[in-house]
Amino acid sequence: MNRSFRLAAATLALLFTAGAGAQELTATLKKIKDDGVIVLGHRDSSVPYSYIAQGNEVVGYSHEFALKIVEQVKKAVGNPNLTVRLVPINAQNRITLMQNGTIDLECGGTSNTADRRKQVEFSDSLSITQARLLTRKDSGVKDWSDLPNKTVVVTAGTTSERFLREYLDKTRAPITVVSAKDHAQAFILLQSGRAAAFFMDADVLAATMARAKDAADFTITGAPQTHEAIACMLRRDDPAFKALVDRTIAGIETSGDAAKMWQKWFDSPIPPNGINLKLPLPDEIRELFAKPSDKTL
Amino acid sequence: MGYDWHWRVFLEPAPGHERYLDWVFSGLKITLTLGLSAWLIALVLGAVLGVMRTLPNRALSTFAAAYVELFRNVPLIVQLFIWYFVGPELLPFGDALKKIDPVAQQYLAAMLCLGTYTAARICEQVRGGILSLPRGQRLAGQALGMTTVQTYRHVLLPMAARIIVPPLTSEFLNIFKNSAVASTVGLLDLAAQGRQLVDYTSRPYESFIAITVMYILVNAVVMLLMRVIESRAKVPGYIGA
Amino acid sequence: MSYHFDFSTVNVGNLGVLAQGLLVSAEITATAVVAGIVIGTMLAMLRLSSSRLLRTAARIYVALFRAVPLIMVLLWFFLIIPQLLQQLLHISPAHDMRMASALIAFSLFEAAYYSEIIRAGIQSVSTGQIDAARALGMGYIQAMRLVILPQALRNMTPLLLTQGIVLFQDTSLVYVSALTDFFGEAYGLGERDGRVVEMLLFAGAVYFLICFSFSLVVRRYQKVVVY
Repeated sequence: MNRSFRLAAATLALLFTAGAGAQELTATLKKIKDDGVIVLGHRDSSVPYSYIAQGNEVVGYSHEFALKIVEQVKKAVGNPNLTVRLVPINAQNRITLMQNGTIDLECGGTSNTADRRKQVEFSDSLSITQARLLTRKDSGVKDWSDLPNKTVVVTAGTTSERFLREYLDKTRAPITVVSAKDHAQAFILLQSGRAAAFFMDADVLAATMARAKDAADFTITGAPQTHEAIACMLRRDDPAFKALVDRTIAGIETSGDAAKMWQKWFDSPIPPNGINLKLPLPDEIRELFAKPSDKTL
Repeated sequence: MGYDWHWRVFLEPAPGHERYLDWVFSGLKITLTLGLSAWLIALVLGAVLGVMRTLPNRALSTFAAAYVELFRNVPLIVQLFIWYFVGPELLPFGDALKKIDPVAQQYLAAMLCLGTYTAARICEQVRGGILSLPRGQRLAGQALGMTTVQTYRHVLLPMAARIIVPPLTSEFLNIFKNSAVASTVGLLDLAAQGRQLVDYTSRPYESFIAITVMYILVNAVVMLLMRVIESRAKVPGYIGA
Repeated sequence: MSYHFDFSTVNVGNLGVLAQGLLVSAEITATAVVAGIVIGTMLAMLRLSSSRLLRTAARIYVALFRAVPLIMVLLWFFLIIPQLLQQLLHISPAHDMRMASALIAFSLFEAAYYSEIIRAGIQSVSTGQIDAARALGMGYIQAMRLVILPQALRNMTPLLLTQGIVLFQDTSLVYVSALTDFFGEAYGLGERDGRVVEMLLFAGAVYFLICFSFSLVVRRYQKVVVY
């Protein structure tokens, strides 16, 4: 039996050494043209960036950017009947799925960080966000100093999770961290009392809170800890595709359409419940729209 | 060859003053302790249920049968989610449960889920073992004036226990494999650490191969162990359960 | 402590989404059962073949897939292998790789388990049968196809069907990949409406009804058809 196991391990290794020689899918546009399909990754509860509203309908601020990019891609490959496939992803698997070719473009709530830029490429930024804490009004948590000996929930695979780990590493604070599969599950952990606070980008927190039936019991608090740009994610080493994506996004942003889209998703009633997040366009983002950039903040 | 292998990644530092290899071992530790503790629950509970299943008392045997049907016809992940999300909501001391360390909550839910699930399967093994004994055994015990309890304790169970060691082996192996489901409620077992490794090191092949090798090793060790126990427990003249 | 149950999420409006999920579960189960039995039979015959190499190869395959949790196999095929599969099987990337990966993963995994059932079934047919078949001039494959396998299959059918029920339950593990089956849809609805408790109990009840009914059918079949 032991020999079988060793042989098995060797076979596995051989199989994957051979197959791993598969070429990197560099020319995304060529791939899209050849297959007649573009695959978009979307989130299921990253409100209001990319989420599922009713049934299986995907909507959101970033998602609209993605759809506009698809229109440009259709022109670029000369295929007006390009199939658009939507694949649900989560924060933990989005990068792997981009690298292994399952998705071609992801416009959701992904932050542009230097670390991630080693694995994937980012487009011009769509938004700028900061991470704060969501907590019950009566939990006694007003800021980070109230967190020791409490539990904080984060979503697995996000920059917030990474930030929290490094924070705990530096300060050795006795805070327990729980990682949830996605934002909705994280909120359930908070709502059911298992966690004292949910640490995530403030606009996602606002949206998650707004959707809850007991929204009035919650509040966003704590000094902002991160300051990051949100952008579309695409594969590395593909200048042609990146140029197309950036061109599209810059066009939307400088023409004033982006401001209207922001208004539509952040400061008006949004599906599925018609809740209004009441987050008007911040100056920082207005400046970003005037001068689009893909700089990592 | 397009993929450049980087096995040294396991010795590299990870956030938290550890090496990535330590993550693998911490996952292994959780998988092993979870499997063993669930196995203990399953053995005790399963043996009791198995006995109940073969008793002449209709009420008890039907109860045990119902238990087995319930736990064998609902998927393991659904059971786990019910233990983790629904349990504290319905139990009277649920609120207190929710306040304890979240990792302890995940571990408790996973342990109870795996234990009760495997107990249903062990019940069937025990029942099979007892039923495979000649009818005469139970009757002889009664003829000697033993009560039912004594018959089971001195005549039926000792033989049945030795007969069912082989199928129990596969149940023991299954518990370690099924423990991977605990990663879905956040417990950082071997499977969960695999996903974490891919996320933080962006070396999917190395990470997953390491985790797979760990599971294969656990499997091999358990099988060796059980083979030793099997050879000691073998009843001369019986081929096996 | 009393919990206020609210089963309103289980309404006609959500039926479509739930039915879709059930369809995914059923599709995976059906494909994996068929593919699993086919591949499993081939594996069983390899295990019983006279060539040492083939026997060992089959043993490795079965040992490997039985040593690793199904979740790991699913994750392998979902995260790591899609590119590899496309190369090896020349599947056009236009196909939805998620379902394809899941189907392949389940089929290969179940084949290992099915091969053990089938191997035991073949071995349970008395050796006199194959001797008689050979005496009648049949080749090995012919003997297998016309004499041994039909008999073996009749004995194994309850076990094969039971394994199918187990498979149906295991499809809920696609939770870890980007596919949503019945459990995934039910849980997703629960998350969306904040009614996770009710939806989990609902999903459990539905699974129980389906699997229990099927197991009763299998038991009936066992009594009636198999002696």
